[in-house]
Formats: sequence, C-alpha cells, structure tokens
Amino acid sequence: MVNVSDSKNYKVIGTNPIRHDGYDKVTGRAIYGADVKLPGLIWASIVRSPNAHAVIKNVDTSEAEKIDGVFAVMTGKDLPQQEDQFIDHGEGTENVAWSSENIMATQKVLYKGHAVAAVAAIDRYVADYAASKVKVEYDLLDAVTNVEDATKEGAPILLDSLVGDHLRKKVKNTNVASITRHEFGDPDKAFANAENVVERTFTLQMVHQGYIEPHNATAHWDEEDRIKVWTSTQGAFPVRTSTAAILKLDVSRVKVTPLEIGGGFGGKIPVYLEPVVSILSRKSGRPVKAVMERSSVFQASGPAPGGTITVKMGTDKDANIVAAESSIKLEAGGFPGSAVGAAVQCIFAAYDIPNTRIDGFDIVVNKPKSAAYRAPGSPQAAFATETVSDELARIHGMDPIDFRLQNASKEGTRRADGVVFPKVGNVEVLEAAKKSDHWNSDLGTPAKGRVRGRGVASGYWFNVGLKSTVNLSVNSDGSVVLVEGSSDIGGTRTSISMQAAEILGIEVENFRPSVGDTETAGYADVTGGSRTTYATGFAAVKAAENLIEVLKDRCAIIWSLDKNDIDFEDGTFFASKDPELKFTFKELASNLDNTGGPAASSGSVDLESAGGAFGTHIVDVDVDTETGKTDIARYTVLQDVGTAIYPAYVRGQMAGGAVQGIGWALNEEYYMKDDGTQANVSYLDYRMPTALDLPNIETIIVEVPNPGHPFGVRGVGEVPICPPVGAIGNALHDALGKRFYDSPMKPGRILNVLGKISD
Amino acid sequence: MHPFVYAAPSTVKEAVEILTKHGDKARPMAGGTDLLVQIRGGRFDLDMVVDIKKIPELTSVTNNNDGLVIGSAVACHQLYEDDDISKNYPGLIDAATLIGGIQIQSRSGFGGNLCNATPSADGIGPLIVHSTVANIQGESGTRSIPVEEFCTGPGRNALGKGEMLVSLSIPNKGKGFGAAYERFIPRNEMDIAVAAVASSILVGSNGKISEARIALASVGPTPIFAKKASDFLIGKEANEASFKEAAAIAKSECSPIEDMRGTIEQRQHLVEVITLRTLNKSLERIEG
Ligand SMILES: Cc1cc2nc3c(=O)[nH]c(=O)nc-3n(C[C@H](O)[C@H](O)[C@H](O)COP(=O)(O)OP(=O)(O)OC[C@H]3O[C@@H](n4cnc5c(N)ncnc54)[C@H](O)[C@@H]3O)c2cc1C
Repeated sequence: MVNVSDSKNYKVIGTNPIRHDGYDKVTGRAIYGADVKLPGLIWASIVRSPNAHAVIKNVDTSEAEKIDGVFAVMTGKDLPQQEDQFIDHGEGTENVAWSSENIMATQKVLYKGHAVAAVAAIDRYVADYAASKVKVEYDLLDAVTNVEDATKEGAPILLDSLVGDHLRKKVKNTNVASITRHEFGDPDKAFANAENVVERTFTLQMVHQGYIEPHNATAHWDEEDRIKVWTSTQGAFPVRTSTAAILKLDVSRVKVTPLEIGGGFGGKIPVYLEPVVSILSRKSGRPVKAVMERSSVFQASGPAPGGTITVKMGTDKDANIVAAESSIKLEAGGFPGSAVGAAVQCIFAAYDIPNTRIDGFDIVVNKPKSAAYRAPGSPQAAFATETVSDELARIHGMDPIDFRLQNASKEGTRRADGVVFPKVGNVEVLEAAKKSDHWNSDLGTPAKGRVRGRGVASGYWFNVGLKSTVNLSVNSDGSVVLVEGSSDIGGTRTSISMQAAEILGIEVENFRPSVGDTETAGYADVTGGSRTTYATGFAAVKAAENLIEVLKDRCAIIWSLDKNDIDFEDGTFFASKDPELKFTFKELASNLDNTGGPAASSGSVDLESAGGAFGTHIVDVDVDTETGKTDIARYTVLQDVGTAIYPAYVRGQMAGGAVQGIGWALNEEYYMKDDGTQANVSYLDYRMPTALDLPNIETIIVEVPNPGHPFGVRGVGEVPICPPVGAIGNALHDALGKRFYDSPMKPGRILNVLGKISD
Repeated sequence: MHPFVYAAPSTVKEAVEILTKHGDKARPMAGGTDLLVQIRGGRFDLDMVVDIKKIPELTSVTNNNDGLVIGSAVACHQLYEDDDISKNYPGLIDAATLIGGIQIQSRSGFGGNLCNATPSADGIGPLIVHSTVANIQGESGTRSIPVEEFCTGPGRNALGKGEMLVSLSIPNKGKGFGAAYERFIPRNEMDIAVAAVASSILVGSNGKISEARIALASVGPTPIFAKKASDFLIGKEANEASFKEAAAIAKSECSPIEDMRGTIEQRQHLVEVITLRTLNKSLERIEG
C-alpha cells in the first residue's frame, strides 16, 4: 500500500476480518431472489418481441387464457396510463412514462426482447407454453442500432413523443434526445496556436455487465391493496419508488424485501419484472414469481451504451495540453437516458486543460434501454482520451506517465463542466505507477510467434453521496445489531460495521449486521455510484456517535453523575473526575436493563458530493500475429481509494473492475444482425473472459484520504473499469505499431489492422 | 419443454426397438451434454429420452495392436487417462482434453460429439484424420461407414430411423504416425471454434509421407475432409515447405460463412495458419 496520508492509528479500519455474510454464501445457504418460495406461489413467463422495431397492432391472449394451469394473463394495457414524471436515482434519472412503456410496450416495440405481455401459471413450463400461445401482430419498421444510422436523414424515428433538447432548442421528429455543451476558455484559439494536434474518432459497441444472477422478482398483492415484493436489487427503496410510481400507488403500499444479490454493477437499479408480477398477482390472487432467462437478460435489461466519440487534443512545444475538444455520441437504447451526462464530466478529468469544449449527444436506437454499468460513460470516454494522450506523449518523445504527470489534474483544477477539484489523488497514483515494479520491469520475451507490448492509461469517476441511514441497537451481551437500508453487493455489511466499530472502540466481530427491508430499515438510496462504504459508512459513524451519547446518559444514571462528566475513549466509558468509575462497552451493555432498557441509535446523511477518484493501469499484452489473439501477460491496477476500510475488498473491486474492462477491450460486444437483433445472447458467444484468460491482477492501493469523510473514504468500485480499454489499446500499439480506434480489439480486428484480412 | 419418459435399456437391441417405435419423439442420450441443453432450448420435442450409458458394450474401450474400438457412450476421460491410447492416438487426445472442461469430459465423448454433427464439433476432425469407421446398428442389422461420410449437414447425420451409433473403430497406424488437432477460439476455454484443423501424417523411414489426412471444422456446413490438401502431401518430404503448400490448398477447400464468431476471410486465413501448425506438430510428435 502506498500511504500518502498522515495515517491515524486505527484498530478496525484497514483490517480484513471474516465477512459477516461469508459462511452463508460459501455454504450455499444465502437466500437469493430466485430462492424465494411462498405458499401458493405461481410462475410468470414474459412474452417478448422477436422484432427490433415494430408497431403493435394487436395482442390476442385468448388462447393462452384457456390453457389448463394458467391463472392470469396481462398486457401493457394493464399498467396504469402515465404522464411524463421524472425520478432521480442518483445514478440516472427515470421518466416513469417511458419506464412503464419499457416494462411492457403498449404501442411500439423498440428492441428485440421488449416485453408485450405476460402469463402466470402453475409452473414454469405451463407458463412458458402459455406465453408461446399469446399472438401478437406487428407492423414491422426499419431498425437503427447505432448512433450514426439513427441520426441520418430520413432515419426511422423511434419515439413520436420525444421532444429533443438540442442545446436548449426543442426539436421534434428526432432520435437525438439531447445535445449538451460544456465550454471553458477559448479552445478554437488554443488549437490554432497549438504545436501538435491529434484528432481521432472512436467507436465502441454496447456491452453487458454480465452479472451471474439473472433478474428476478416475486410479488404478492393482497386484499388491502398492499404489495409485498421480494427481489435482488441494488436498492430496495428505489425499487419501491419505481414500482409504486409505475403502479400509481403511494410508496407506503409497497414493501420491498431485498434478497442477496448475485451482481448488479449498475444493471440492477431499474425495475423490469416487479410491476409485472405485481399485476399478475392482483389478477390471480396468488404470489407470482419471475426469473429472466439469460437471453432476456442480454436483450431486455440495461447494458452499457456503445457509441462514437471524437477527441481532439493539442499541445504546445513543451508538451503541455493547451486545448481539448470532444463530441460524445452514446446510444441510449429504446428510450432516452444514456450515460452521456456522466461521460462529459469524466472525459478530460485526468488532465488540467485550460481550454475545452465537450458536446454530448443522447441518442435513441433499437437496442435495450441502457442502464448504469460501473462508472457509466467513463470507460468509453477514457478509451478515446487515453489513446490520444498516448499518441501525443509519443509525438513529444515522452514517457506516457511523465506526460500524464506533467498535465495531471489536481486540487484546484477546474473541469470543463465547472467542478473545481478538491483534494484528489491523480498525481499520487501516477507517481506510484512510475515507481511500480511493473513499470520498471523488462518486457521479457513472449512465447514463439507472439509479440509483447506495454500500455498505460488513467481513468476517473466522480462517485456520489446521496442519502443513507444506519440503525444500531445494543444487546445485553455487548453485541451490536446494525441495520442498513443499502443493498450489500460488495460486502458492506462488514465494511459499514467496521466504521461503527472503530468509533465504538469494539471489535467488528461483535456486530450482527443485516440489510433491512423498506419497513425495517431507514431510507437509503441505491448501492451505486460507489457510494455505500462512503455514505452509508458516514451514516454508521453518525449512528455510532449518537450511540455513545445514549450510553453516556446511562453511565450518568448508574454513577449518579452529570453527563458532562462522562468521557469515552477506546471503547471505555469513564468518569472524568474519578478514574475508578469506568465501564467497558460490554460491561455497560450488561447493565442497560437496570438503567432504562434498550439502547439504540440512528444516523442518517444526505451528502451532496463525494470524493472523486483516479486510477492508472499498466498492462502487458502478448499478441499472436497469425491469429490475432491477445493474451494479458501482466496487469497492474493502481488507484487512489482514499482510505481502504477493508483492503481485501478494495483489491477485489480493483481487480474485478479491471477484469470487466479487459473483457470489454478484447471480445465483449452486442453483435447485431442485419435485422437489428442481437446474435450473441448467451455467455458462450458473448465471450466474457474466464479465469484462464486472465493473469493474477496486481493491485497497488494508494491512499489520499477524502477530506469529506470521517475516515477519508472514497468510492472504489467504479474507477477500475475506466482505464482498461485504453490501456490495452495502447499496449497493442506498443506491440504491433498500429493504433486501434474501435473496440472490441478482437482477433479479427487485429488481423484486419495488421493487413492480413480485409474485413 | 414438456414432460418426457426416461428409458435406460441394457442392450443395443432394446435401445434400437425404442428408437424405432418412437421415431422423432425419442433420442439416445450418451453424456447428455448436448442433448439436455437442446431439449431445454426447445430444439427437440421429445416423449422419450433413451439413456445408453447403461449398455455395457457402449461404455467400453477395446485397445489392442490393431486398433482401438470405443463404444459410442465412452467419455473423454476414459481415453486420456490411458497412457497407451494417449501415445497412439494423439489427435483424439488433443480433442478429448479440450472439449468443455473436466465436468463435460467426465460425461461426454466422441459418440455424442459425432452424432450431434455440428460443423464446429471438436471431436469429428480428429476422428477423420485417425481414419475412423462408424459402426451403426438398426432394426435391419448393422453397417459401417467412414466418419467423413457421417455428417450430412449442420446437426444432421447419416443415421436412418431407429438407427444408432454403436462404436467407433480406429486403426493403429504404428510407428511414423503423428496427428494433432488445434482450434482457434478468442478465449482460452469454453468457446466454439472460429476455425479448427486436424492433421495426421504417416512418414516412412525415407522421410516421405505415405499417408496424410487433413480435416477442417467450423468452416462449412459439416466438418470437412480436405482431400486435395491431404492427397497433395502423399509422396512429399515431411517438412515445412510441403506443409505450407498443403495449408494453402486446405484454405481453398473450406467454405465458411460470416457470423458472430468470425468473418469468411478470417476463417479462411485461420485454416491456413492452423493447418501448418498442426502438420508441424504432427511431425514433431513423430520425431518425439
Ligand atoms: C459447457 C459445455 C462445453 C462444451 N464444450 C465443447 C467443446 O469445447 N467442444 C465441443 O465439440 N463440444 C462442446 N460441448 C458440446 C458437447 O459437450 C459435446 O458435443 C459432447 O461431445 C457431446 O457428447 P455427449 O455424450 O454429451 O452427447 P449427447 O448430448 O448425449 O448427445 C448428442 C447428440 O447425439 C445423439 N446421440 C448420442 N449418442 C448417440 C448414439 N449412440 N447414436 C445416435 N445418436 C446419438 C443425441 O441424441 C444428441 O442428439 C460443450 C457442451 C457444454 C455443455
């Protein structure tokens, strides 16, 4: 670990205790969404569009309804009619009218897999059979599946109701939902005076998060019009908000119980199945469960947008970047709301550039509505910026890390979108990279027939704060029950408990943490934006501090002293004037029953900002120039994590993000057929890396504490997916002497760039 | 998928009777690693699944000086765990050790791989270059055909109604024989070949090739026996120069399509690259 702070002497923070959810997970006892079983439970099957773009002329459910074992059939018309209404989930806003139409189409299908009807039946097989008997008549339309085709003259228009906001002008009859511009300084003049200018255009394909657990939901709508929902989600409260809004109910009528979650990465924030099983339950009177097939997860959940990005950067003769300009066009999918809004904030964040202009385009295409995926928009942006940056470094004959250091953003740097950086660790990370064993090691010799190259790239994610609550209560044996409302994806039951434990001066093993449902936990926004260890951890710190006040009161009662005369240090309560009077946390806990009963506290936060964070990755690739296959020979991730609460988790996030980025760079893509439908809808053909495709990912933790958090935490989960695509592209250039401007850099593309094949 | 009956006959005769009676509505199951996936995916609508692993003849391996006979339900691991078989049938072993992973290799084998008849099947090319004969039994008796005639289209084979594959007979070519199989996949496991090639050569003491077989996968509607490239090598010196020429001919013998796994040109290019690699490896194996 590279420690840049004047570190405090923590007892719990910085250790790797056994995680509280560990035993249940490794023994298979943990309950995931698909494990939910209820008396009278029946199964739902969703009828999905086989077409990428079509008008729904008629949905005939009569035959399905007649089948033995079918309890209920629904179409999009069973969902309440909606007006435009916007909900902010922190990582993306949601227009309820469009969400509803996305959950079940009533007018048009906008991508293959778009739901049009659903059936609930006695078991899965009857439900699937009945779903196959729902007859849908379509009027086929031409499909557009990339940003270029969607913006051509005469392109088929996806949404008649869409009014585009083009630099504040309202535009109808368009697939471009919005155009934004951030401008700072005078980029045109700066480019005119620049010594070197490099301008490149990049394309990227839609990719999926690839969580192992498919989407699932179970609901029971009771006679009092109360709905209970069980689901795997990144946020029980946001599911409640969305489900209630789509069903036009008060939030208090919906109770959401989050189950263990088998991965989300941003994709398990939107609701797809919850309103559907709710309506089917209302119609059948039974609890109804739905679990998506993998092919539906690919075709009808929320992947990350592909798109086209142009980046132009200019340097003066001393290799200072004097101007930068970008146009970022991302595919939103069937409805507006791609990650372009985040991409524009990240694209040049790693550099201190006095003159910038960034245009962002949000474009609807006939693909599933995109959702958040780990640092949404930033990996795409970093591929473009980091490639151009690498080219400029070479033009100046500079070491690429030195070039980045010379131009690095730091505290006080103003981003083009107006944000001025507080203390950030960009420089510290680059310096650590420069000193790393990997950067200073020889390239070595690859196997026969292969060539090796090394690349480096940086990435940034701003992270978010938002609202969280933590509740604590003390047991008579000195243990503490902790309830968080944040879904635990990355092990937060333990990392949140650790922060409370540090404040209370007790061991984290004394905690019994759990994730509550929406009627037992205090409100929390999504587990997303790398916010949970930061914001929910902050709430835990507040709750622990509040608990100390409660416990001081108890000491005051027991010792008949004034509360102001009670002190607390290192887990011990004592009378400031009488050293004989003291209680350990445990002793005090055993005395609570005699002093007013249960001791409990709560802490909540609503944090406007978070500590943004930077990472730099170094990669060595081996390329077989005859087959175009790339293997990762060595990979090192460096990242400013603020303070590593649980370093093993932090390393896991760093390695995991890098691995997803490696897949993105090398093989992953939505391979679209001419009819606008996705061909590779299984893990077999989606080609995510497996363990045999990866080296041990080396991780170097850099700690530049975030001044906005009691322990200095920054979000760590998203930054590590930002650099890989650019780093691998740069390494391929180092190996082959050719630049790659299109992702994925798959074997066929490498053969093509090497001139061995023409397509 | 709808409920089906599971049958586990103990003789080939019984199995053939069931298959004849149910026609399209019944299928044999060897390891089931293709079949079960296909049933769930809706490719077959079966009333009957006939487990053939309970038929002793079909799960046994006979290995002697003349050759190898493997029952149609023998699993991959039964072959590669035998040192003698591994030495004499290197092309088969290349495939047996790369199909799926350990779990798949523990259940499935060449019989199912061949009957499934996909253009990308990893087992079929190696069977072809090892001059394998497929032994078939039906209601009207038994017959044998060379494996290169077994596949008739993607997912289609030469079996008639009620017929099943009983065993595969593979000659032992002895000293001077080498074979190899390689597939190109973008990852290192769990993938379907973009293109693949199996090669074998028999080299005499004079250094000349007396027999040669090259088979291509994933580059046509069925695995392809590249006859021109194979014949070209007969009588040639076993060296890189002859192999290069043969590889160029093999490239002209494939007829790939473009799909999500690769383009036409990419596949043609790969056939040439891998043909050369497998021929070189075959020779290395002869030279030990
Ligand atoms: C995870 C996974 C990975 C895989 N990886 C690979 C791979 O790398 N390479 C590869 O080539 N394949 C792969 N496969 C496919 C499959 O495992 C192989 O094709 C395997 O060899 C099939 O053998 P089996 O015994 O399981 O066949 P089964 O599934 O039992 O049968 C396959 C087909 O042949 C028919 N059949 C079986 N036996 C007979 C018989 N005696 N007579 C007539 N018809 C018969 C069946 O009815 C069925 O239609 C993979 C499959 C999975 C699930």
